[in-house]
Amino acid sequence: MSRFEAMDGNAATAEAMRQINPDVVPAYPITPQTSTVQTFSQFVADGEVDTEFIRVESEHSAMAACIGASAAGGRVMTATSANGLALMWEMVYIAASNRTPIVMTVVNRALSGPINIHCDHSDSMGARDAGWIQLFGENPQEGYDNCIQAVRIAEHEDVLLPVMSMYDGFITSHGLERVQIEDDGAIKDFVGPFTAHEALLDVDHPVTYGPLDFYDFYMEHKRQQVEGMKHARRVILEVAADFEKRFGRHYGFFDGYRLDDAELALVVLSSTAGTARSVVDDLRSQGLKVGLLKPRVFRPFPAEELADALRDKAVVGVMDRSDSFGALGGPLFMELSAAFKIHDVPAKTVDYVFGLGGRDTTPDQIESVFRDLAGIAETGKIQQPVTYLGVRE
Amino acid sequence: MATALKLKELYKKEDRLTPGHRLCAGCAAPIIVRQILTAIDEPVVLANATGCLEVSTTIYPYTAWDVPWIHTAFETAASTISGVETMYRSLVKQGKIEDRGIKFVAFGGDGGTYDIGIQALSGMMERGHKALYVCYNNEAYMNTGIQRSGATPLGAWTTTSPVGRVIPGKPRPRKDLTAIAAAHDIPYAAQAAPHKWRDLMKKVRKAVAANGASFMNVLSSCNRGWRHETDQTIEVTRLAVETCYWPLYEVEDGEWKLTYRPKEKLPIEEFLKPQGRFRHLFSEENKHIIGQLQTGVDRKWRKLLERCGEEE
Repeated sequence: MSRFEAMDGNAATAEAMRQINPDVVPAYPITPQTSTVQTFSQFVADGEVDTEFIRVESEHSAMAACIGASAAGGRVMTATSANGLALMWEMVYIAASNRTPIVMTVVNRALSGPINIHCDHSDSMGARDAGWIQLFGENPQEGYDNCIQAVRIAEHEDVLLPVMSMYDGFITSHGLERVQIEDDGAIKDFVGPFTAHEALLDVDHPVTYGPLDFYDFYMEHKRQQVEGMKHARRVILEVAADFEKRFGRHYGFFDGYRLDDAELALVVLSSTAGTARSVVDDLRSQGLKVGLLKPRVFRPFPAEELADALRDKAVVGVMDRSDSFGALGGPLFMELSAAFKIHDVPAKTVDYVFGLGGRDTTPDQIESVFRDLAGIAETGKIQQPVTYLGVRE
Repeated sequence: MATALKLKELYKKEDRLTPGHRLCAGCAAPIIVRQILTAIDEPVVLANATGCLEVSTTIYPYTAWDVPWIHTAFETAASTISGVETMYRSLVKQGKIEDRGIKFVAFGGDGGTYDIGIQALSGMMERGHKALYVCYNNEAYMNTGIQRSGATPLGAWTTTSPVGRVIPGKPRPRKDLTAIAAAHDIPYAAQAAPHKWRDLMKKVRKAVAANGASFMNVLSSCNRGWRHETDQTIEVTRLAVETCYWPLYEVEDGEWKLTYRPKEKLPIEEFLKPQGRFRHLFSEENKHIIGQLQTGVDRKWRKLLERCGEEE
């Protein structure tokens, strides 16, 4: 039987890791991920898991050890944030290209500098081209559910790619909420046993991992990674369907809220979607036809599905919790704009960069975004393609 | 029963690093690797840092390795083997795989070990992974074309410590990585050289039998970078040992022990002379650097004798 508990995002993630019971966890503490590592350390110390925990001396070594352990032939998980992910950078790419199905929780935090420990998405957005599947969760429940589904997605033989599961630093990682925790046995059944592919520890069948790969083969190997990502689109939905059948909670590429008949739509990731939902309700009660779309899967980017969901909207406002300096706007805006162009979506789009370094985003600000969108719908003119919300200019 | 360390027995063993790799003629690295892998009778799993040994043995779609082998990046041989070894312990403990007595060995050059990989190596040793880390030390970044590393000796020419009008080669001495490794209180650390192959192989056996992390620093001549004839590979490492430039010793559970003592300690010039990287030191204006090198060798040798409880 499942149970309800008051848990923050990091406790829920540690609980998911306990139930998944990975063979090896190499991890290094960093705010705001730290309590996940601490809680999991206690599970290891109390013998509640079979996991061997490597208390590495850096995140770079954490990811290198993850790759070694995964290639050895077992289930591997880790967690990090911000500068930790940045230090891993080199190995993050190597993990994907070695097709090691590692699951990593990334508790989103602003990248230095200046140093800042609070939430934005600059860390995982910077890793969006590394070859990892990326899932964004809104609250502790989604952090828990995504972490569990990530194992099945990563290890699927048509995918074999690592997965990052994200949620917002402090807001979600340290925010206590009601979380439905499933039965240990049910999670064990859901994730199933690990199937090793080309295991290093199979000494009777020696394999070479990470050879020198020049212009005569490198491109084919990159192309195979693309293929894995393509398969991931199907597998993410299959895993979500099985998850819903067993546990009753629905997941897909994204989640719409009062979206179907909306004329003005807001697209925003993670915890801010919660605030936006209450703003949608307020404005609906005033007669404005507004709606919300919260993407869950950023890689592979579900371009066609997002285009279809937003095709008939007059104006789509994107809220980006990270910037891409010198580009046309934030990463979510750029991807969505490209999807609209490729899939002939006529809706006008504008970008709002918000919440950098943990700056609070109020319902008033989100309402001002919707009022802005209404103005664009009325005049047909975009005054400013990218707006910085709540910043002193 | 372990295979006796006799040539007539050892030659019967199958090569784990097989012919067909693209390492240079006269390179000491494959000689050392084959000595190490021949010394180990048990199954092995290897990790390799980026470097000559890695690029020359695994040009896709070929591999010269007949044993499981992984390369991830330059600075990660120690952290990668940490992951592999830990997975083995985990799966054996859980009964998911059989205990085959696998030995785990990581190879890195001096660039990947003394410099960019020293943090990962320190972590591996401090955590006590049951793995042997071998530095095949050719005293510079040879794979990228002979750049100075933390292992390059005082005065040596490299492409980033060139002999110029005002600076004659590397201005600083090398660091003592074997002593740094020993300072981690690991059960086994040693220095070796390929001309003393039986000494090297004995050390390998002690290292992989140790209950924890072990480290071996093996002097590995690179004729491209050291500028000597390709048939002088073994001779030049012999001279390194006979001059006490590269003493052969081991540190077992904190006990320092000399494993070879030259009958007569040769002057450092004997080691320097055959190598083009030191040629400029023999000119009148640079001769004082040879004096500094000799002083450095003498000081380190005295200290080592003291640590090993040997008479001067």
